[in-house]
Amino acid sequence: MLHTVNKTPYERNSFDSCLAHARKGDAVLLIEDGVYAAMKGTAPAKKLEQAAKAVAIYVLQPDVEARGIAGRIMDGVKLVDYAGFVDLAAEHPTVQAWL
Amino acid sequence: MKFAILVNEGPYTHQAVDTAYQFTKAALEKGHEIFRVFFYHDGVNNGTRLMVPPQDDRNIQKRWSELGEKHKLDLVVCIAAAQRRGLLDENEAKRQGKDGNNIAPGFRISGLGQLIEAGIQADRLVTFGD
Repeated sequence: MLHTVNKTPYERNSFDSCLAHARKGDAVLLIEDGVYAAMKGTAPAKKLEQAAKAVAIYVLQPDVEARGIAGRIMDGVKLVDYAGFVDLAAEHPTVQAWL
Repeated sequence: MKFAILVNEGPYTHQAVDTAYQFTKAALEKGHEIFRVFFYHDGVNNGTRLMVPPQDDRNIQKRWSELGEKHKLDLVVCIAAAQRRGLLDENEAKRQGKDGNNIAPGFRISGLGQLIEAGIQADRLVTFGD
C-alpha cells in the first residue's frame, strides 16, 4: 500500500496515524506540508527513522524545494517528482491518503 | 494503468487541488489513462467558470478545462455538493428557477454513483484533499 501524508505533524495527527497503520513493504510518501516531517533532527524524523526499518519513505521533491528545506532532509528518505508519485501509485495495489 | 482522481478541496485553499492537477498531468504524460476526475465537497468549486483570479496567478478552473479538453477527461462534479455551493449547469438552473448557470467547459454534474463506479472501474483511486 502507498500512504500519502499532506499535512505537517505539528498541525495534525495524520502523520502519526499513518505510521501506526503502515505495514512492512508499504511506502509512505510525504507531500505538501507533510514534507516537514522529514526534516533532519526533528521529533517526527526520529519516528520516520524507526518506520524506515520496515517501510520505504519518500518525499515529493517539488514540495521540499518550494519550502526551502532541500538541504535539511534526513538521510534514508528518497526524493521523487510527480512522475515518481505516479510510479509509486502504480506499483502499490492501493493508495491511502491520510487526510 | 487506469487512474481515478478524487478532489475534495476547493481551489485556492491549500495545495491539494494543485497536487491533484500535477498528479493527473504526470499520469497522462506517462501514458496512463485517467478514467475520471471526481470533484466532491468544496472540490466542486473547481468547476465554476466565473472565477477571475489575478492575472499573475494560476487559473485553476481553466487549467482543468484545458487538460480535460486535451485528453478528453471526464470531469464530474457531485450534484448534492454542487447545489449546496451554488454550482449549476443549464438544466439545474432551470429546474431550480435560478437566473444563470456557472459550470465550466468540460465539467459535468452527476451523482455520487460516478465516484463509486470510478473506484470499481479504475485500477487506482487517488484522493486529494485537506
